[in-house]
Amino acid sequence: MAGIRKTARRATLYGRLSAFVVFSAFPFYWMVIATFKRDHDLYAPANNPFVFNEPPTLDHLRTLLFDTHFLTYLGNTFRVGLAVSAITLLLAVPAAYSLARWAKRWGEALGIGIFLTYLVPSTILFLPLSRFTAGWGLQNSLWSLILVYPTFTVPFCTWLLMGFFKAIPRDIEEQAMVDGLSRLGALVRVVLPLSISGLLTVVVFSFTLSMHEFIYALTFISDSAAKTVSIGVPTELVRGDVFQWGPLMAGALIASIPVAVVYTFFLDRFVSGFTMGAVK
Amino acid sequence: MTGQDDGGGIRDRAGTLAVLMIAPAIAYIVAMIGVPLLLAINYSLSDATTGDPVHHYAGLVNYRSALADPVFRLALKNTFVFALVSQSIVIVLSRVLASALSMPFRGKWAVRFLIMLPWTAPIALGAIGWLWMYDSIYSPFDWLYRRAGLLGKPGDPFGPMTNIYWLGRPTLAMASVVIVHVWRLLPLATVIQLAGLSAIPGEILEAAEIDGARGWRKAAWITIPLTLPIIGIAFLFGIIFTFTDMTIVYILTRGGPVNATQVLATWTFFKGIEGGDLAQGAAISLFMVPVLAGIAALLLRMARRAEVT
Amino acid sequence: MARVEVRGLSKRFGGFQALDEVGLTAREGEFLVLLGPSGCGKTTLLRLIAGIEEPSRGEVLIDGRVVNDVPPRLRNVAMVFQSYALYPHMTVRENIGFPLKMHHIPKAAAAGKVEEAAGMFGIGGLLDRRPRELSGGERQRVALARAVVRNPSVFLLDEPLSNLDAKLRVSAREELRRFQRRIGVTTIYVTHDQVEAMGLGDRIVVMNRGSIRQVGEPREIYERPADTFVAGFIGSPPMNLVEQGDRLVGFRPERFLPAALTPKADAVAWSFDVTWVEDLGAERLVYGTLGGKASEGRVVSRIPASVPIAIEAGRAYPFSVDRVDLRWFDRATGLRTEGGAP
Ligand SMILES: Nc1ncnc2c1ncn2[C@@H]1O[C@H](COP(=O)(O)OP(=O)(O)O)[C@@H](O)[C@H]1O
Ligand SMILES: [Mg+2]
Repeated sequence: MAGIRKTARRATLYGRLSAFVVFSAFPFYWMVIATFKRDHDLYAPANNPFVFNEPPTLDHLRTLLFDTHFLTYLGNTFRVGLAVSAITLLLAVPAAYSLARWAKRWGEALGIGIFLTYLVPSTILFLPLSRFTAGWGLQNSLWSLILVYPTFTVPFCTWLLMGFFKAIPRDIEEQAMVDGLSRLGALVRVVLPLSISGLLTVVVFSFTLSMHEFIYALTFISDSAAKTVSIGVPTELVRGDVFQWGPLMAGALIASIPVAVVYTFFLDRFVSGFTMGAVK
Repeated sequence: MTGQDDGGGIRDRAGTLAVLMIAPAIAYIVAMIGVPLLLAINYSLSDATTGDPVHHYAGLVNYRSALADPVFRLALKNTFVFALVSQSIVIVLSRVLASALSMPFRGKWAVRFLIMLPWTAPIALGAIGWLWMYDSIYSPFDWLYRRAGLLGKPGDPFGPMTNIYWLGRPTLAMASVVIVHVWRLLPLATVIQLAGLSAIPGEILEAAEIDGARGWRKAAWITIPLTLPIIGIAFLFGIIFTFTDMTIVYILTRGGPVNATQVLATWTFFKGIEGGDLAQGAAISLFMVPVLAGIAALLLRMARRAEVT
Repeated sequence: MARVEVRGLSKRFGGFQALDEVGLTAREGEFLVLLGPSGCGKTTLLRLIAGIEEPSRGEVLIDGRVVNDVPPRLRNVAMVFQSYALYPHMTVRENIGFPLKMHHIPKAAAAGKVEEAAGMFGIGGLLDRRPRELSGGERQRVALARAVVRNPSVFLLDEPLSNLDAKLRVSAREELRRFQRRIGVTTIYVTHDQVEAMGLGDRIVVMNRGSIRQVGEPREIYERPADTFVAGFIGSPPMNLVEQGDRLVGFRPERFLPAALTPKADAVAWSFDVTWVEDLGAERLVYGTLGGKASEGRVVSRIPASVPIAIEAGRAYPFSVDRVDLRWFDRATGLRTEGGAP
């Protein structure tokens, strides 16, 4: 009796999980299929769309890599991500430390204030910021993105890092000061090495959030050589009015999976920034 | 570096360092978020265009003309509908999914990875996948319906045409957009809820079981009340993300068919960037502010309450 | 070796006065113990001396020089925190060597000093472990080794034994004392444990609510407490205090004995209503009230096991205290007053 109940419970669990996996992952399965399907098979409404009715092909991949700017988009994305990570670290690390350690009463308020700026959406800011970048002559330049993306990485990462720094016992820094370091020295020589995982989290988020970004890139960049994958793939892999589904799906897939893998590792840290102390 | 001097330099003065270290971030935030926000307000009260950003004060003209525009009113309504409907669904589904994921089972990492994909992969690319799935001719859903005898012949429940045209009919297009929003936010809400579940002390759950609470009764009386704040947080962040999102609608429908799926964010883009009417665009985008401010206030209250306990 | 002095030292945290006009001198080579209940400001005082915290008012002097503006790293003090504050990302060797590295001691010389310091505390075999792989006692030794390694002129120790279990604490106490005698460095030691304070200190500073109540040698503090706070804080059980007119009379439980044991000549006698007897093996603790005074006069007697007199709860016995063992306190101020019985 108990055995049957247990089996039934297991079956329900697996049933639920499978349903959710199908819902979440199906679009990506769909990308895989389209990436390797011959056009003749792909564009045949009568064919079973879920399987390969003809042998798979690498034609779409070849088109994507050699006949489009896809590799340029990847390179651009990488460069923007790198620069945004660096700027975010430079701004958020000292700010978060200062708030976590030294700012007493106004620290908490300022910290929450900074977090709230993260709630100001790009869909409000992109209009005025587009005037900024135009004014600085940065239209169609990756610099426009590098300057603007920290508007969402800095507030969030400052907030995250505050948590990391608060978790480091004060004693250890004070010990370092007695042992021969200045306050600043204790931060650099002792606190930062102890917060490596926090710094890594900042880099990962700056990178992934930059890669995910769509609106600013769409607004600031129209030159196809300066596009990032997030806008390059949806806007450029169209010939005339015709979607090139094969290469398009290949591009979406290739650009999605690596970032998703890295992100998954850091997801819990990302979420800890949202829970705002409601979970201890 | 150390040992030569005997006074405390700037490196030793906490007060000075505190200000110096936070100043760059504050300056950046003020310059790149604060000033643009004020500028947006300024534009919305002027007659600025992208061609002629030199502007003159125009009062509330832009707000009035936005409100008089039926497309704007539709976009405003859609924005609320998409956010509320999708997040209501997400809260229920994420609850179910989170309790499933909190059980022990093999291959958890892979399952988690697949389930998180909609959030971890760039949304523009995920939406492109959906665009292909909603294709007017090659949609796999249509194929399944045709196979099942629901579509394509006279008298079939879904109509005699060979395709459903997911994004071509107003109501269906709205539903399609909602589905993608659900798909996108479900992972985030799930991990937030998982964090809430794992924070419940095991002893409380054991005590509840000893007291005879199992299954849905345990959920109703123990886990849901205990994780209510975290459910609230998942919901509020979900609302923010869907309320302000433009990517999904832009890629799937560009607001079509005939503005049926237009939202504030896309309408801002089409008016302000493509139409070049900065003033009108800014006014439209600022209609998001009251909702965002309300959510921010709620989040603040929750954060404060969490601090007290 | 150095002389540490603080003058008129005050520290406020917002509206809270953690230290109030504290003045104090630790002589060269002295083992000075700061004793007081938790929250009385001992750690704060230590942190002010180390320079980690800035005073709201007053001065800190090391060897006669005002060091208020000198950062901790240049005061040549070593501190052992209550948590030990070992650097979790460094091995024991790196932890002990860290102060040397920060003071630019050449590598070869530093390595020798690290070995020597580790040897002094018997942790030479642990040098390549990380702090999380150490027991509490081992961590404490690493912290001490790190403190001595660069020959500081002052040691500041903040409850270094409080995280150890009771047995280890006793042996560590003895070791610490012997070691301090050997190297003779001025040491300021914080504790809330009066037994530790009595056993370790050349002198004890008793603190309460941010100010100093008494400074003196252990015997003196025990025998002649400056006020009722010190009288009640030192000793276990503490001094009995009984109202007598506008004064309080105090006597140690071990001086309050059956009348048969005290010489008649100069003793003060009471009738002791016993309510409870605890037999602890080596001694008996007898609780009760002094005849006629009911509840206000609750007192304890501590009778060594060598005294065979039978005592039962619920009965009254004649007890007495030698007059020289009585201490008198002003009821209003709590301060000890000289002079005998009225
Ligand atoms: N940084 C601080 N901010 C506010 N109050 C403090 C701070 N440090 C200590 N205090 C308060 O000062 C009092 C003395 O603390 P402390 O010196 O740590 O006591 P202890 O004698 O137990 O070591 C305590 O009441 C404590 O709460
Ligand atoms: Mg303390």
